[in-house]
Amino acid sequence: MSLLSLHEVDVSYGDLPALRGVSLEVEEGEIVSVVGANGAGKTTMLRTISGLLRPRRGEVRFAGERLDAAACHEVVARGVVQIPEGRKIFPSLTVLENLELGSYVKRARARRRESLEGVLALFPILAERIRQAAGTLSGGQQQMLAIGRALMARPRVLMLDEPSLGLAPLVVREIFRIVAEINRSGTTVLLVEQNTRQALALSRRGYVLENGRVVLVGTGAELLDNDHVKRAYLGM
Amino acid sequence: MTWGLLLQAVISGLLLGGVYGLVASGLTLIFGVLRIINFAHGAIMMLAMYASYWLHALGGVDPYLSILLTAPLFFVLGVGVQRVVIEPNRRAAEHNQLLLTLGLALFLENLALVLWQGDFRTVRSAISGTSFMLGDALVEGARLVACAGAVVVCVGLFAWLRLTDAGKALRALAEEPEGAALMGIDVTRIRGVAFGMGAACVAVAGALVTPFFYVAPDVGESFNIMAFVVVVLGGMGNFLGALLGGFVIGLAESLGATLLPGSLKYLVVFLLFVLVLLLRPEGIFGGARGR
Ligand SMILES: Nc1ncnc2c1ncn2[C@@H]1O[C@H](COP(=O)(O)OP(=O)(O)O)[C@@H](O)[C@H]1O
Ligand SMILES: [Mg+2]
Repeated sequence: MSLLSLHEVDVSYGDLPALRGVSLEVEEGEIVSVVGANGAGKTTMLRTISGLLRPRRGEVRFAGERLDAAACHEVVARGVVQIPEGRKIFPSLTVLENLELGSYVKRARARRRESLEGVLALFPILAERIRQAAGTLSGGQQQMLAIGRALMARPRVLMLDEPSLGLAPLVVREIFRIVAEINRSGTTVLLVEQNTRQALALSRRGYVLENGRVVLVGTGAELLDNDHVKRAYLGM
Repeated sequence: MTWGLLLQAVISGLLLGGVYGLVASGLTLIFGVLRIINFAHGAIMMLAMYASYWLHALGGVDPYLSILLTAPLFFVLGVGVQRVVIEPNRRAAEHNQLLLTLGLALFLENLALVLWQGDFRTVRSAISGTSFMLGDALVEGARLVACAGAVVVCVGLFAWLRLTDAGKALRALAEEPEGAALMGIDVTRIRGVAFGMGAACVAVAGALVTPFFYVAPDVGESFNIMAFVVVVLGGMGNFLGALLGGFVIGLAESLGATLLPGSLKYLVVFLLFVLVLLLRPEGIFGGARGR
């Protein structure tokens, strides 16, 4: 049984459908990526899993339990943690305060010190800026803070919504390297990206989302080799 | 006009200004998190003043001591009001939410009028009537205690916001609600806590002023207006700005009353208000929310 799954999920904004019959499975320990153009419904999907949106139809399950009626904070408490598009860090709070709030849920709070050591080892730059207001960090550092803050919650599944958005190529490489490292240390990852090539190269499996529907599923390698993917997303 | 009178005005203004700072801190806390100006803030303060009054009249409880009861009571009351009245309308248009708090204020004032009539009531504490001279100016003990108490509570509130997880969660929510929810913060609960803390602030402020003020159904109105001006002056949602702004407005009110004819007493305050709105709408102490 998969750790996280969507089954035939429909989500709409008012009368406008944004997801139509979306099914997806994430096995424990995997990196799964969801790629697709702007407006395909990727963010809608992650917001639905996080409990910020309610599906009109279908099921979201985590570790066998229904997630689709849970409040956002309950979803986090169960270990499904999202790094949202645009990061949504707390700019006037310090780097340390941002990280502390990452371990707000009870399960994570007990291990705050240990988590903090781990995060600061992963991102030494955050240790240097620990007393600084988060809003003074550069874009790449803010993304690292957003990742660090989410890791403080001790996620079982980490979901990232376009972590590479707006970052310089070198920084993007660094972010993808870190995502792979987080996965290697045992965290299941669901990665949403428009950076199709790098996302699929990193992932065991991938889904292609178009107009709110899953149009392709496969291993990362299969999708990178798929004609439609090559034409539509890789510019080949 | 003598220097003595001026000194008196400065001292009275600063002492009441501390209380304005506390009332405004509660208002700015609620604004920061709920994004609405709570026009029932003064009416809740009025209710708290009646609570302190009745505790004294019926139970002989000193108004300062009554805080131990009214602060927690009004915290719970505030959480309840938020949950029952404000939260269900959270997605309504902003002006409708404003009308909601205005309606709540009218309801509470009229309730007080029905229950306790319009009489001015006064409460005496052990230190009511004590005073000492500072140069040519008279300093009333009760006003000094009110100011000191208000500042202490403000500092406590500030420390709570800075040092506790709940306080940090509240600041995070004020700044980035969705980011806060995604960190596992129960945002509905924290919105209630913010309203409850705001109500507890005016409960303390109410108890602190009763020994030298009066209690009547409309007593909260002037505090509400002053606190609103202070919040705008200090920067909406800025806690330190609220306390400092309280002193500025207390001073402006008191100097206005001393220098201008009685009916123009508030001219200085509102002139300051309009000037800030025109020249520095983010507040004179910078507008960063969640500070
Ligand atoms: N808050 C919203 N209200 C109405 N429509 C929305 C909203 N958010 C997204 N949409 C629409 O839903 C569709 C999917 O959007 P989104 O999930 O943000 O796509 P992606 O993240 O893949 O770019 C788009 O057509 C978008 O215009
Ligand atoms: Mg998106």
